Amino acid sequence: MKVKITLNGRLLNKHIPNDMMLLDFVRKYGALSVKRGCDTSNCGLCTVWVDGTPVLSCSYPAARADGRSVTTLEGVQEEAAEFSRYLVAQGAEQCGFCSPGFIMTVLAMRRELQNPTEEEIARYLAGNLCRCSGYTGQLRAIRAWLRDNQPGEEAAV
Amino acid sequence: MRLVNQAIPKLDGLALTAGQGAYTDDLATQNGCLVVKVLRSPHPFARILSIKKDTASKVNGVECILTWEDVPQIRYTLAGQSYPEPSPYDRYILEQVVRYVGDPVAIVAGRDEVCVDKALRMLKVKYQLLDPVLDFERALDNPSVIHPESDYHNNVPIGGDPARNLLASGCDAEGDLEGELARCDLVVDRTYYTKANAQAMMETFRTYTYLDHNGRLNVVTSTQVPFHCRRIIAHALGISPAMVRVVKPRIGGGFGAKQTLVSELFPALVTLRTGKPAKIVYTRQESFQASNSRHQMRVRVRMGATRDGIVRAVEVDALSNAGAYGEHASTTVGLTGHKSIPLYAKANAFRFAYQVVYTNTMAGGAFRGYGATQGCFAVESAANELAEKLGIDPAQLRLLNIPREGEVMPAYYHEPLSSSRLPDCIRRGMELIGWAEKYPRIRVSDHLVRGVGMALTMQGSGISGVDTATATIKLNDDGFYTLMIGATDMGTGCDTILAQMAAEVLHCPLEWVTVDGVDTDHSPFDTGSYASSTTYVTGTAVVNACTDLVGQIAREGARLLGIPVERAEFDGEGVLDTAHPEARISLAQIAQDLVVGTGTRWLTATASHCSPTSPPPLMAGFAEVEVDLETGACRVVDYVGVVDCGTVINKNLARVQAEGGIAQGIGMALLEDVNYDAHGQMVNSSFMQYKIPTRADLPEIRVEFVESYEPTGPFGAKSIGEVVINTPAPAIAQAIHNACGVWVRSLPITGEKILQGLLEQQGDAL
Repeated sequence: MKVKITLNGRLLNKHIPNDMMLLDFVRKYGALSVKRGCDTSNCGLCTVWVDGTPVLSCSYPAARADGRSVTTLEGVQEEAAEFSRYLVAQGAEQCGFCSPGFIMTVLAMRRELQNPTEEEIARYLAGNLCRCSGYTGQLRAIRAWLRDNQPGEEAAV
Repeated sequence: MRLVNQAIPKLDGLALTAGQGAYTDDLATQNGCLVVKVLRSPHPFARILSIKKDTASKVNGVECILTWEDVPQIRYTLAGQSYPEPSPYDRYILEQVVRYVGDPVAIVAGRDEVCVDKALRMLKVKYQLLDPVLDFERALDNPSVIHPESDYHNNVPIGGDPARNLLASGCDAEGDLEGELARCDLVVDRTYYTKANAQAMMETFRTYTYLDHNGRLNVVTSTQVPFHCRRIIAHALGISPAMVRVVKPRIGGGFGAKQTLVSELFPALVTLRTGKPAKIVYTRQESFQASNSRHQMRVRVRMGATRDGIVRAVEVDALSNAGAYGEHASTTVGLTGHKSIPLYAKANAFRFAYQVVYTNTMAGGAFRGYGATQGCFAVESAANELAEKLGIDPAQLRLLNIPREGEVMPAYYHEPLSSSRLPDCIRRGMELIGWAEKYPRIRVSDHLVRGVGMALTMQGSGISGVDTATATIKLNDDGFYTLMIGATDMGTGCDTILAQMAAEVLHCPLEWVTVDGVDTDHSPFDTGSYASSTTYVTGTAVVNACTDLVGQIAREGARLLGIPVERAEFDGEGVLDTAHPEARISLAQIAQDLVVGTGTRWLTATASHCSPTSPPPLMAGFAEVEVDLETGACRVVDYVGVVDCGTVINKNLARVQAEGGIAQGIGMALLEDVNYDAHGQMVNSSFMQYKIPTRADLPEIRVEFVESYEPTGPFGAKSIGEVVINTPAPAIAQAIHNACGVWVRSLPITGEKILQGLLEQQGDAL
């Protein structure tokens, strides 16, 4: 089938197999940050945004993204780097394999939640597994990043 | 120190968090190659009668189908250990016999996944079913013999007898155990069970292979042991090691799983047969079901003490389930006793005996802790039970019994405890958790009770007298350095901590040291990253190489300045004349002068290190749990780990190692449970069924370091990687007991087990 998918701002007009998953599509067209960590939609490694909403690209048919805009970590490098500096300052990225999916969810969280509580953070990110860090260093990074990057006046009102 | 003992960000951190395609499959994706998959046995024990592959071979796009008749029949082991490996040679790449559900039957390679999947479905295999051995307590002398083959081979005697399904056995003892136990005022005799656990690193096993312009087999693989890989691949394929090159890119976690070869040989065979690049990427299910895990164990402990709490005798008797193949089986079980008994230093007698048996389940392997974890659960739980019966605070019991710095530990190969601040770890942990206020329990509501518990542990730092690390440091012509290592950074940050050490010795900024590893064609030999060896063993090699290079730079600087070498001093930026400090030559100038004109001498230094001892890092772990008396539900509300790993080389990376290890330990204690059905099929081979902790399952883990100074370690350092996983299981088991009175002696400690214990208590009370 034929799809028109905007991947990180670039319009792709492609013939794809009907059953192709979005994960395989974005990797095929260069978004290597997106990783597969499981077969059952449990790990969060493959998180990308479709029209700004985080989805698990391993179980999201590429066909469903037809006409939509898909964003991977490659498409939000500056915004991601701002948070990544906090993550790396804690050493909490460790092997880095879960980082892209995790960072996409963290950035989505900040867009969605104003001043999230610790419990809200844990709940929002519960679908992003990490086997290295024990999550505590990630939490320190998120806290420091939120503290130093309070929403602007507009959001605070 | 400028760089050591600081919180330095990981060198590759920003690239990895930017999503750079630096892992095995990212590299393979960039170089179109054949897709390789494996047909796996659905039966736990069977003989293959026939494999019909003619239809499958005709599938458009399929390039190669290999069965047992097509591959070298050479016995080997997949265990990444120094040669001669203690693990038995009990495998073929493909064999006419399959020994667990998941054992490989055929290798299929083709243009894409679609055609390979189609061919896999078309392969018709006829099996003659054999009686499987699924219960490891019934494996010994079972009529079903799992490894009757005549070419089964041991490099070294490990006390095995395959005809009895006995892979290995052994005993280490000193003193009059029975006599000492008889003289004790109190003896506890308990049996504990631990389960197989999946390492569950986020990047599953994967390998990418191709032939280079010299016709050599290039293997890019997610491994902890590139040099062992090269040797084992050449041996198993029956080709010259000179024809094999192994490259380790960035690794998405290992935790021991990748100390065993898993995915390497399948694409390697395909590439050799077809001449084409090939890759295999394990699914998560394959990773769970057809790789390796922590060894399941039954551990009986007898521990005796006098009324005043002095432990006089300890016996550990372990039965370990190797599964179908023997990777790491005889060595993991060794740690069960050797890393647990020495903490009871006042004992006049100890005995540690073990048996390892084959079963028709997935093979065990290496998993962080490597047997010490199982031993810690058993022995520390027994010590907690002993303390309770004696009416002594368990922390106090430890303070009475632990070995002191300088003391020789008979049960730890008679090595001295060359550095220890374990007493401070215990006291600090008690403060942090609030032991005095919370021990043993606090009632939170009519049905919620909180309890606290604790445990100690020790690990090693490398494999003494066996494993070797080498480091090479080069002064480049532009005046910066390349540090070449064979140790494998698998996400732990060893490239960074080794660069810190190098830059510290070379008196230079971290940016002047680039780290190169690992490529077996140009990296110096290192056994790999396992056995908690990198900081301590490879670190020492790095320090020695850099110290040598500093001397060489000073000598060359003196020559160029025309002064005696005794007067030359290298301060990192250049060499100066100590008699006339204004006379100096910069490092950049020295580097240039050394590569231009006659009499040039490009400076490099190489050092190998093999430690005669393996100094133990030490840790005290404290858990606080909350148990719901109505449902048995339990959650960890606080966990404190206080660690003595000697000098902390990198404060951030050591902390995250500790937090991550504790999280895995909590998973092992409460959640993680590899199970098989009656047909030998693993029933939890996905993250939906095998639950590793999510952030919602864990408390905010609290870690502190109490630094001793290890005289044999680089900058006083010992290891950190493994010791941190051991304490949660026994500390949590005791905390649960303190909360609700139920002792659960089998892992994982589920709500069902707690509730069953609570109901039994009520039954007893009625």
